[in-house]
Amino acid sequence: MSASQSAVRSRAEAVKVSRTFDWMICFTLFFIILGGYHVHFMLTGGDWDFWTDWKDRRLWVTVLPIVGITFPAAVQAVLWYRWKLPFGAMLAVLGLLFGEWVNRYFNFWGWTYFPVNFVFPSQFVPGAIVLDVILMLSNSMQLTAVLGGLAYGLLFYPGNWPVIAPLHVPVEYNGMVMTLADLQGYHYVRTGTPEYIRMVEKGTLRTFGKDVAPVSAFFSGFVSIIIYFLWHFFGKWFGSTAFTQST
Amino acid sequence: MAATTESVKADAAEAPLLNKRNLFLGVALYNVFYAWVRWYEGVYGWSAGLDSFAPEFETYWMNFLYIEFVLEVSTAGILWGYIWKTRDRKVMSITPREELRRHFTHWTWLVCYSVAIYFGASYFTEQDGTWHQTIVRDTDFTPSHIIEFYLSYPIYIITGGASLLYAKTRLPTYANGFSIQYMVSVVGPFMILPNVGLNEWGHTFWFMEELFVAPLHYGFVFFGWAALGALGVLSIEVQAITKLLKKDLA
Repeated sequence: MSASQSAVRSRAEAVKVSRTFDWMICFTLFFIILGGYHVHFMLTGGDWDFWTDWKDRRLWVTVLPIVGITFPAAVQAVLWYRWKLPFGAMLAVLGLLFGEWVNRYFNFWGWTYFPVNFVFPSQFVPGAIVLDVILMLSNSMQLTAVLGGLAYGLLFYPGNWPVIAPLHVPVEYNGMVMTLADLQGYHYVRTGTPEYIRMVEKGTLRTFGKDVAPVSAFFSGFVSIIIYFLWHFFGKWFGSTAFTQST
Repeated sequence: MAATTESVKADAAEAPLLNKRNLFLGVALYNVFYAWVRWYEGVYGWSAGLDSFAPEFETYWMNFLYIEFVLEVSTAGILWGYIWKTRDRKVMSITPREELRRHFTHWTWLVCYSVAIYFGASYFTEQDGTWHQTIVRDTDFTPSHIIEFYLSYPIYIITGGASLLYAKTRLPTYANGFSIQYMVSVVGPFMILPNVGLNEWGHTFWFMEELFVAPLHYGFVFFGWAALGALGVLSIEVQAITKLLKKDLA
């Protein structure tokens, strides 16, 4: 091919071609990241995300930010450091939410008939906004990992509070005190998932009473910092352009 | 004047840079097909998919599985064979415009791959969670597995393989050597299918209880990470396309 030849007929066509690629790239990236992130998330934190009676003050708050900060960190590592696009975390999180909502509606409700207010997904948007804004303003991976990672863990519970609060009010049922979310779990029996494998508020941390959620969020933020670092480097590697040498 | 007229005629006769018809047809094909599959699951999951020893299970689900196997192997053979057989043996000497056109076709394949990945890794995989947490399984070949593992995964493998093969055989960017990230983004999700072997082997021990975050499922997680290889493909493509357009966009 000759370097002097042009691939397009005019500047206008070049602009049009460039915009068309932008759309195709956005669509493709959104759905591929969605696929990878969703399969990762559902198999590392899924049970706490599927059902409201798993959305407790301890393990839900601890596990989900830790497993959820992975793909946002990796996508940021490419979109920001290669092209200064400040929406890597949001792209990943919106993809995950899209995949989850479609599933909860068409499959959890549409195929197995669990009501949507029992199976709605958790919310990660506030944490993703903070991650993207800190990276954009600071241009520093370290600061984003430390401040953003911590905020990602700390903001998870308050970010979900408006939705989960009505289901965490106490009710008395057959002489036992439980939450409304627990009651949903009693009434919508999941035959393949016996009650004894449900991991909810296990351990002596419960004795701290009202402090369980903040302590769990703080611990989650701490681990999220480490996971952010790790996944930033994963993202860098995945976004590189290495070729094997042809023999 | 005559030369200009000829040039205009040649432009008009030339194939468009992006064949939008193929793009929309490709995306529509996956969506319409999977809408039908979802309808089939809704109707025959509950009515014929609860007891693998029942004759109707054989009729509606096992036969579905056998047909899938045959169609998938034939489709992969024909499609990959066609792309390889019709490869460009002088790929390094194509014009920049032809290269740009091929990048668009390549991206049409990648768009289709993203739709296939979405249905396989997101839609049908989480769907499997709600089915198995609700229904006690008595076989490896449950209605959700017959769709998830043996239909949606092979479909994205076939699409991803076709995309990689197209890039390798028609684009100068990929002609020398193999892009490691491209390989990862296609071979990684492919490895999820062999990992089904581990999964089903494990479930023969613990098949009564479906804990979705069980370590037995971590193989799927590991290979799911490979989807991030798409970021590397994106980096390569942006470099290649920028090289083609840079002069005209300056």
